Amino acid sequence: MRIILHIWRQRNAGEKGRMVRYELPNVSEHMSFLEMLDVLNEELTMKGEEPVAFDHDCREGICGMCGAMVNGIAHGPLPGTTLCQLHMRHFKDGDELYLEPWRARAFPVVKDLVVDRSAFDRIIAAGGFISVATGSAPDGNAIPVQKESAENSMDAAACIGCGACVAMCPNASASLFLGAKIAHLGLLPQGQPERESRAVAMVAQANRELFGSCTNIGECEAVCPKDIKLEVIARMNRDFIRAKCGVG
Amino acid sequence: MELDSKSPAGPIETRWERQRFNLKLVNPANKRKYTIIVVGTGLAGGSAAASLGELGYNVNCFCFQDSPRRAHSIAAQGGINAAKNYHNDGDSVYRLFYDTVKGGDFRARESNVYRLAEISLNIIDQCVAQGVPFAREYSGYLDNRSFGGAQVSRTFYARGQTGQQLLLGAYQALERQIGAGQVTMFPRTEMLDLIVVEGRARGIVTRNLLTGAIESHIADAVVLATGGYANVYYLSTNAQGCNATAIWRAYKRGALFANPCFTQIHPTCIPVSGEYQSKLTLMSESLRNDGRVWVPLKKGDKRLAAQIPENERDYFLERKYPSFGNLVPRDVASRNAKQVCDEGRGVGESGLAVYLDFRDAIARLGKNVIKERYGNLFDMYERITGEDPYQTPMRIFPASHYTMGGLWVDYNLMSTIPGMYVIGEANFSDHGANRLGASALMQGLGDGYFVLPNTIGDYLASTKFEKVDTGHAAVREAEAQVAAITARLLGAKGTRSVDACYRELGKVMWEYCGMARNAAGLKQALAKIPELRERFWRDVKVLGSGEELNQALERAGRAADFFELAELMCLDALNRNESCGGHFREEYQTPEGEAARDDEHYSYAAAWEFRGAGNAPVVHKEPLTFEYVHPSQRSYK
Repeated sequence: MRIILHIWRQRNAGEKGRMVRYELPNVSEHMSFLEMLDVLNEELTMKGEEPVAFDHDCREGICGMCGAMVNGIAHGPLPGTTLCQLHMRHFKDGDELYLEPWRARAFPVVKDLVVDRSAFDRIIAAGGFISVATGSAPDGNAIPVQKESAENSMDAAACIGCGACVAMCPNASASLFLGAKIAHLGLLPQGQPERESRAVAMVAQANRELFGSCTNIGECEAVCPKDIKLEVIARMNRDFIRAKCGVG
Repeated sequence: MELDSKSPAGPIETRWERQRFNLKLVNPANKRKYTIIVVGTGLAGGSAAASLGELGYNVNCFCFQDSPRRAHSIAAQGGINAAKNYHNDGDSVYRLFYDTVKGGDFRARESNVYRLAEISLNIIDQCVAQGVPFAREYSGYLDNRSFGGAQVSRTFYARGQTGQQLLLGAYQALERQIGAGQVTMFPRTEMLDLIVVEGRARGIVTRNLLTGAIESHIADAVVLATGGYANVYYLSTNAQGCNATAIWRAYKRGALFANPCFTQIHPTCIPVSGEYQSKLTLMSESLRNDGRVWVPLKKGDKRLAAQIPENERDYFLERKYPSFGNLVPRDVASRNAKQVCDEGRGVGESGLAVYLDFRDAIARLGKNVIKERYGNLFDMYERITGEDPYQTPMRIFPASHYTMGGLWVDYNLMSTIPGMYVIGEANFSDHGANRLGASALMQGLGDGYFVLPNTIGDYLASTKFEKVDTGHAAVREAEAQVAAITARLLGAKGTRSVDACYRELGKVMWEYCGMARNAAGLKQALAKIPELRERFWRDVKVLGSGEELNQALERAGRAADFFELAELMCLDALNRNESCGGHFREEYQTPEGEAARDDEHYSYAAAWEFRGAGNAPVVHKEPLTFEYVHPSQRSYK
């Protein structure tokens, strides 16, 4: 099939970017979205034009490295799917697709579709952990964990840190990302001692990184490739308020 | 060269304990005077960097991805083994040790394997404490499942995302140390050479992938945790960025490379659908519990699966291995699939696939039972192929996914270059010729959390370090080498893309040094690879400059190293005139077609020494002795 791509090209953070139109006449329906970009890049290289830079690594939907806006939707039209797991059979002959990098002040563009998401790492460094030094752990079965808590914790822990939630949010809020980590650790008995300080430290860091606030729009949940639920944001707010006001 | 494994003698149960007592210590106040470089942030590197930081060392940690959380350990699905015996089913440290030595087809060092089994207990404790949401029973206690190669349930898991959860645990511990200022993280930075001063590893040369800056980092010790080299086949289940550059450049600086031909091919992957294919996706092996593997009896039969009557189907595994049937081990299943495809009986557009059919299981158990057991896998298959496996059989084909070989290390995980340690998949130490399921995660975390932090102090405490700065001649020389490679790649200005060249290498390796090897084929590969390498350097076309984010340049540099490593793999495969584990030499099989080991002549680790470009590498042998687990023949008839 024939696919027309309009891709954001930007040489580096300092230069202005623009949309550039490309046409791919023979896209196989079995290709993944990123393989289509590989083919485009091979063609560009042969023509002596610089290939499109885009982040990717595992190509099986778990590393969280890939992602772009496709016609205004983070990771494209298929729910619960990263860009690398989106296959071209979900598009039709003649489709025009607009590809842009994640849009958020806290994720500055590096080049073309590549952005800098290091703010996420700094948020984790601020408190997204349980402080247990190697060697100091008790036996794995010393503290039972309710099955339901473990399952809910795992639901939140499935976050891959791709940044789609931020890119899709009109406020560029990182609340779904923060909430996912706060819920993952806060739902386990091991995470209780630092539960309140964790929420405070992570939220403070997110503010320093200039992520926006959450206004419960829900775009993040709609595009999350791992189906992280909005409930985790409620949990973050509760832990934060409890820490600040001693209630909740 | 004498390879001293430094493995303690005496009763195996107390070797690690005695070793730890005998190793020198660095006192807490002195630890901050040392700087350690850790390259790679997967389970091994991430856990090592975090643990070294906690101990008080200054750590500089490097990864090529944009964040340490992206390392490919994240993609491991199944689980992690530990000899907890929580299920009272007869497991023990000794049994895990025994299973791993035997599973590795008697080509691993007993001392290392015993230690791994021993610390498997601590790993689970550590991960639970970090908040890894392992599967639980209703009681709240940890759940286990069974896995290939074992008769006990010792595999801990977090749904199908065990690797992800363990990695996030290590990543969070690492970020805690970064926040505390104990570890300095260098993301999007690739190691391109090792700095060796007076025979000791003293630092690395890196390229900043965003700015292209070539920089040198000096340290007192260097730890490589850069994973395996399965991407030498171009197509593998590894991530796109997985590469051998760090270990290869270290090899060229004097580190020995052990058993490069020991690679593992996983039988149940989604087959290649076209030339544009960039990677292969693994489907859990558990599918073979209910699926039946078959191909048409006739060559070139292009009918749809449903139109092929029962008597024109060949259920080749059931036919050849009546007692194990579809459940033969990975290597046997893989080799047989290749064989029927070589005969022209493969299915699908490419002819490089076999059917995995659930029709009979669905008829016997009902669709709901199958859905309950494999629903997520069926969905994944449909997402990638667009076919509904409840209606038509799955098409599967083997794919390369793990490498047991790697840089040679002693019992302390130090390479033959003093001061350079190698941990995780990047070393050769624990899996012999074949790795058991759920053991890769165990080794990565074992090395990083518990072995390396204990052994590295001995080297630091017993070495007098000369002052080295970035103006040192050895540093300048390494930087110049790196700059020369970059300039050469950009200057080739040829006519073919990196992938066009690299894909050819992959095909040769898959054909001649893949699931089954023979001397004639390996000799052909050894003739072809240098030709392909020359063509690569002559014809490759890399646009852009070295002073910016240039993904084609990164890929070209990694491919260039695979063009060299490929040759060493073939040499090693040709040298090893026996079949063992993942290394199957067609000339060496039992009358029943099984791998025939030659313990008399090949019970050793083959460690290769680089002797300069254009010279043949030299093999050194570390003899393997088995005091506890006595070598025996595997059989699956």
